[in-house]
Amino acid sequence: MIRKLAGLLATLLATSFVIFGASYAAPGDPVTFLAGGKENLTPEYISAIRAQHHLDDPFLVQYGRWLGDAVTGDLGRSLQYNDQVSDLLAARLPSTLGLVAYTTVLFVVFGVGLGVLAAVRGGRVDAAVVAGTTFATSVPPFVLATALTSLFGVQLGWFPVMGGGSPWHLTLPAVTLATGALAIISRVTRQAMIEQRELDHVTVARASGLAERLIVVRHVLRGALGPIVTMCGLVTAGMLAGTVIVETAFGLNGIGSLLVNAINTHDFPVTQAVLLLMVTAYIAVTTLVELVQPLIDPRARRSG
Amino acid sequence: MMLLSVEGLTIEAGGRRPILRDVSLAVGRGEIVGLVGESGSGKSTIARSVLRLLPSRARVSGRVLVEGDDVLAMSPEALRRLRASRVSMIYQDPRSSLNPVRRIGDFLTERLVHTLGRPKAEARATAVELLAAVGMRDPESRLRQYPHELSGGMLQRVVIAAALAAGPSLLLADEATSALDVTTQAETLALLRRVQAERELGMLFITHDLHLAAAFCDRVHVLYAGTVVESRPAKELFDSPRHPYTAGLLACTPELGAPRTIRPVPGRPPSLDDAFTGCPFAPRCPHTTERCTTRHPEPVAVAGGSAACHLLEV
Repeated sequence: MIRKLAGLLATLLATSFVIFGASYAAPGDPVTFLAGGKENLTPEYISAIRAQHHLDDPFLVQYGRWLGDAVTGDLGRSLQYNDQVSDLLAARLPSTLGLVAYTTVLFVVFGVGLGVLAAVRGGRVDAAVVAGTTFATSVPPFVLATALTSLFGVQLGWFPVMGGGSPWHLTLPAVTLATGALAIISRVTRQAMIEQRELDHVTVARASGLAERLIVVRHVLRGALGPIVTMCGLVTAGMLAGTVIVETAFGLNGIGSLLVNAINTHDFPVTQAVLLLMVTAYIAVTTLVELVQPLIDPRARRSG
Repeated sequence: MMLLSVEGLTIEAGGRRPILRDVSLAVGRGEIVGLVGESGSGKSTIARSVLRLLPSRARVSGRVLVEGDDVLAMSPEALRRLRASRVSMIYQDPRSSLNPVRRIGDFLTERLVHTLGRPKAEARATAVELLAAVGMRDPESRLRQYPHELSGGMLQRVVIAAALAAGPSLLLADEATSALDVTTQAETLALLRRVQAERELGMLFITHDLHLAAAFCDRVHVLYAGTVVESRPAKELFDSPRHPYTAGLLACTPELGAPRTIRPVPGRPPSLDDAFTGCPFAPRCPHTTERCTTRHPEPVAVAGGSAACHLLEV
């Protein structure tokens, strides 16, 4: 447990270094953006700005200062909005978290459901599920977003087209995101179930007269749970960093659109903070998945 | 009425020869019947057909009667009741027979609770009794353990306990002791014999070990390439085998005391792609004649039973 925690911190430290290094190495002198345009640049002004933002310090000193601040919760001040970065994040985070949570529910329910259906029924149902989910996943999210908006938002008027704030607003974006994950989740479910179904103990359960429905639930799906949970966790973790397109398409004020905006305006503190947050979230989710595994499979408890 | 009666069972599943060809055998109440053969001889298929656990593409003819009811023709509901409470199977590898992520208690009560609809508390009490009956110490705490926490011999006891759960009248033991250590094997055999005698169960005891079958069973059927080549009371079969294959099986096991040369049966066990026009054993038989390769031998009455060999025809 302690080793796991130490590994976690080491990963975070390494990524924070990469994130800071990347924005340090990014093309363009931050001074230009800080000063708000080339015409304002007098040598005195430049050196004033450089001093104010400690830009003349060596790289490692700058990194150390940033990291120290970040650890104590001070993520700096946005260059563009002039707000505390942590305030910006707090304002944007609920939208994105809500979106990801909604999406996760959708793809878990429908992805696992379709996978079970394909594995249990086989034959044509199986082929239809595989073909259907593959097609759904291969549609780019912005195309799907546009199609969903025009059909359910504009023509039928069932859902709002833009903005966030309620589950109602998040439905179309969540459907768009979940559709992209359906193929992988349903296929992992299907494959894991087919592997489990061949095991001897399933035949033993069948030979004891257990109804087929119970065999599927108690033995096949139960045994397949490990890979399914792992894959769902990974997809959710990846989604935390992948909401940009959907947020943009549906005009959601989330973390993803904040990041793109920050990168475009060279708002380094915001960029760094958002990236760090995404990495932290990813690590948190994958760690959670790892911690859940021993609950699913008692054999994994031995080494713990 | 016989407890189990297999009549003219033929099963084909796409190979060049049937898996089983015209197999007939019977098990009475309180009787242990051995089924001996090399791997691929079809002995497990016979046990599986009693529970109708056959590959979906299999073509089946003949009848498998349990207490007079034809297993191959019964409704799915009747089949589930048969599997749940009348016939139980014990498998070769106890470790793969149990779901690794479920507790021993779940395994023991599943049949009672989920198939027969008994109350959970009652099923649990039954499970504790059964574990005690198969000689497990501290049965209460065993119920909460997982399969990986028990040894192979312990697990086979659990499997036997589960097989007895709903009070079946017929046990199918498919190589039930083959995967165990010799000492555990002896314990398990003694246990099987004890529960069989106590409950007057009929048992179909499947093994590849003719010596074991002869010692453990009342009657033995020797199976070769899907046909029964000899079926006789155990002692007579052991003392004076009439079919050359049975004799070959007995001759290829080393024995202490009476030193004699070990003579392996030449050749290899036939696969499903080997088709035979005559006797299936003819290619490996030391006494093959012209007739053996052209005509399939019919069972002939011999002392105590029958054997299917042209040499015995007069």
